[in-house]
Formats: sequence, structure tokens, C-alpha cells
Amino acid sequence: MTISSDPKKVTKICFDRIDIPNQKSLAVARENGAYEFLPTVLKKFDSDKIIEEMKTSGLRGRGGAGFPTGLKWSFVPRNTGKPTYLLCNADEGEPGTFKDRDIMRFDPHLLIEGMIMAGFALDVRDAYIYIRGEFLAEANILDEAIAEAYEANLLGDNILGTDFSMNLLVHRGAGAYVCGEETALIESLEGRAGRPRFKPPFPAVEGFYKCPTVVNNVETLATVPAILEHGGAWHAAIGIPNNTGCKIFSVSGHVNKPGNYEVPMGTTLRSLIENQCGGLQHGTVPKAIIPGGSSTPWILAEHYDVPLTYDDIMKAGSFLGSGAIIVMDETADVVALTRRLSHFYAHESCGQCTPCREGTGWIERVMNRVDGGTGCEADLTVLKEASEHMSGRTICALAEGGAAPILSMLEHFPDEVRSRLKEKSS
Amino acid sequence: MSAVENALPQFSKSRLDEIKALVARYPHARSALLPVLHMAQEDFNYISMDVQKMVAEVLGVHLMAVREVVTFYTMFREKPCGTYLLEVCTNAGCMLNGADELVQHMCDSLGIKVGETTSDGMFTVTEVECAGACGGAPVVQVNNVYHEKATAKSMDELITNVRAKGGK
Repeated sequence: MTISSDPKKVTKICFDRIDIPNQKSLAVARENGAYEFLPTVLKKFDSDKIIEEMKTSGLRGRGGAGFPTGLKWSFVPRNTGKPTYLLCNADEGEPGTFKDRDIMRFDPHLLIEGMIMAGFALDVRDAYIYIRGEFLAEANILDEAIAEAYEANLLGDNILGTDFSMNLLVHRGAGAYVCGEETALIESLEGRAGRPRFKPPFPAVEGFYKCPTVVNNVETLATVPAILEHGGAWHAAIGIPNNTGCKIFSVSGHVNKPGNYEVPMGTTLRSLIENQCGGLQHGTVPKAIIPGGSSTPWILAEHYDVPLTYDDIMKAGSFLGSGAIIVMDETADVVALTRRLSHFYAHESCGQCTPCREGTGWIERVMNRVDGGTGCEADLTVLKEASEHMSGRTICALAEGGAAPILSMLEHFPDEVRSRLKEKSS
Repeated sequence: MSAVENALPQFSKSRLDEIKALVARYPHARSALLPVLHMAQEDFNYISMDVQKMVAEVLGVHLMAVREVVTFYTMFREKPCGTYLLEVCTNAGCMLNGADELVQHMCDSLGIKVGETTSDGMFTVTEVECAGACGGAPVVQVNNVYHEKATAKSMDELITNVRAKGGK
């Protein structure tokens, strides 16, 4: 890899090679450092050392939850007599998120190399990339990259002449947001409807076909090669403590240059939007910003200077999530947007938990009234109570995700909502 | 009913070989259900009850296991769609960049409503959830190929071009 070994000079990790033409081909990827450090890892490192480096790196899962990756790996029991599976979560479906797609279509070998290293650390024989069904082009690119990797003995039996053997297969989902939740993903990979499982047991102990299973996001796995080459301490020195490394932010909505931008953790929201995204389409101050994907509470202009870290966004009342920043400028119709999101959550609820199944549907119907101009004051109470009551009472976090836009709209834009209501009557 | 009417549709020999090889990549055959249903939809346009029965037989799973999956995932269709399936994302990022107006324009120019197919069987327009390409909003998937920063003009051109080529 060509990333600087001086952490102070690092501005990109996963996107370091992203602009190189045809980086998806193995030959080009290798010219630019792909798989260069892999032999050292397979021949000189062992499981304990890799997990230790990952813990030292401070890397937190990039899929949304921000759980420390090294710690997750350390939970996998050893010598159970069962196989351990590695699953890459490429079911990128959180509205606003589109970062993993770019890694997969422009630098698939970075992900594959990360998976080989992770698989080696966890003694994995079979690994899978669960990619959302709509990403057909990306799945084809991955298939070709994997075929090239097999051909070059980077996958399959006795990788690079070592004792380590690992298979890797791309598996397409078929259009279900909830499958991005790791236990639903496992259900789906077992050929069933993607309904989340109760935890515990956690997948690390009992996952794919009841075997120990690690599920990691694309961006997380794509960060592994740099960490192992330069060391956990190097990664820990990028960004700020407890929020280390770089992060890809998917910026969409009312900005002039929407797209994916990788920056060191701690860059401010304002700097990202004004310096990299070409500013807002209208005006100079955002009306509202969804900082971490549609399931995260909105923040307002008063937090425009918030540093983009897990901890700072939490202090501002929301979550960094997957790094999906949806920007609303002064022209945004927040009621219509909330109505659209309420449809999304009702559509995507898997239906197994009553509070979510009934709650998201009820909320959608009330939002249709409110946005359509036939709502009444009592509807706002229903929206608030249904949102609060479905949160924390379900197996997965989809219900909380559905509640977030409703509660944000009611809290931050009560006058705008009330202006839509049918006057005083019901 | 005659034996012919009862016969289920069948995968081609090469498809069956492909499925056999795929099944070997998983701990259990059932894991191949989603990929095999994608193949079925590609081969038969949609996944009829007969196709579902056939898939159940090929993978050795219960028909109900297939039914559950087909009805759960939005990409699987139980009814035919037009030769060109135009799926417009209208979720947050796309909505903020004019997706609602775009889908309305497409439906108006084709003379159909969302979810309908033109009478010549050429185009179906649907609204879909976030396509995961919000940086290119609004996004329209045309038979699974992403068209980003789609406009009324670019969609009109696409429709005109398809019609000019007689749908090829």
C-alpha cells in the first residue's frame, strides 16, 4: 500500500487507491500494493497478534454500531470443533449510505485482502460477502476479482504456499433493508426470510448454522490491511482517541457535490460540507442534517461545527451511524420527507415484533394524513406516543430507526408540522 | 388435466450444473435459495407458483420455504413485468433531488400509474426504496442497471431510444 507510515500525514485509508483507473483488476491492484503485505501476515503473524493489533488500532465497526472490531473478533471461541464463518456485510441499505459500493466496484481487492487477513486471524475456511441484490454490477465485479484471486492462489487451498486455506463467495440478497442487521443477514444467508434473531447468543458464539460467526462491514474489513501493515498504534494515532482512523462519509441531499468523502475522524461537519461537498444548494446554513443514515436523529445548524466522531455526534444528540449524511437546506419540506421515511420503515419492517409491525404502519398512515393536510392535533400525540412505545420493545433496532425521523420532526419543527394540520377539527 | 399441463417449467441443463456447483459452496443446500430464485427470475421473467414448485424440487426444500422467501423479498416478482423495468428510488436522498417529480413525469409520458406496465408490455414503472447510490440522486434502475442523476430528459431519451429500436 502507498499510505504514509506517518499517521499525521494520513488523510485516506480505504479510498487510498480509489481513483486509480482499473484498480479492480488484480494486475493493476498489485502494481499499487495490493496483497504486498499478505505473505508477511500469513507467515509471520498469528491469530493472537492480529487480534491484539486490531484492538490497539481502536477501529470501530463502520457499519453503524461502532463496536470495536478487535473486541468482536476476540469473542470468537476457539477449538469448538465447529467451523468459524466470516461474513462481510455488504447489504448497504440504510437510506443515505453508499460508501461500500465504491470500495467494491473500484477496489474490490482491498476488501478481499482484508477478508483473507481476517479469515486467517479467525481460522475461517469459508467466507461470504452478503451483498444487497440491487448491486448486481458490484457483485459481478467482485466475482471477477475473486476469480482472479483464486487463479493467483490468494484464495482457495494453501494460500501462497501456507497451511491456510479459505474460500470466498459472493451471495446476493433480494431487497430487504432489515438484512443489514447481522442476525437477519445470517437468516437470509441460510435461505430464509431475514428476520432478526434474539441476542444472546451472539453470532460470535452461535451464528451461521449455529457455528461461530463474525459479521463485519465492508469498510471495516477494507481497513484491516492498512492496520496490519502499519500497526495498530499507527491507526490509533489517526483521528482522535476512541474515534480513531479515517471514515468515509456518504453525503447526499442538498449539497452541490454529493458523494463519498473519506476524511480523518474529527473533521468538522461544516468543513466536510463547505470544503469538500461544495456547500449547500440554497443558503448558507442547513435547515437540518441527518448525520448517520435515516435511522439517526436529526441535528440542527447549532451543531454545524460538530467534529465528526462517534462521541461528538452522540453529544449532539444523534449517532455517527454508517457515516451517511443527508443534508436539508432551507428549501426542504421536512414533513414530506418524514412521511416518505415513515413509508420506508413500514415497508421494511419484517413483521415479527408487534410494536414495530403495527407501530410503523400506524405511523405511516398518520403521516400520510398530516402531510396530506387532513391531520389533526391528536395525530401528533399519536405519532409521538407510537414512536416512543415501539422503541426498545423489539428484537432489532428497526423500530427505533423508524421513530427517529418522527421524533426529530416533532421536536425541531413543531410549527411547520402544525401549519399542515386541518384547522382544529379532526 | 393432461400430463403436459401438469409439467413444471424446467431450468436448462447448464443452469442445473451451475446450481449444483453453487450448492456445494454452502454448508446446506437451502442457503442457495436466494441465488437460485434470482436465476429463476432471470430465466422466466417472474417467479410463478410453478417455478416455485420447481425450485423447491431442485433444492430439496419445502414449497412453503420457497413461498416464504419469494413473498418476503421485494426483488422477487410473482407477476410478469415489462421488458424494461424502471425502478425509481424515491427515498430521502432522491426525494430531496426531485424523484417524486421524476416518477410522475415518467408515468405521465408512458400513460401509466406507478406499478403498471404499458399496454405493449414494454415498460413497467415502480418506486423502490433506497438504492444505495444517493450521491447520484435521483437514481433509476433500468433492468438492474443504475442510471444516476436521472432527469426527465434522460428518461425520455431512454424511452424513445428503446421504442425506436423496437424494444431491443
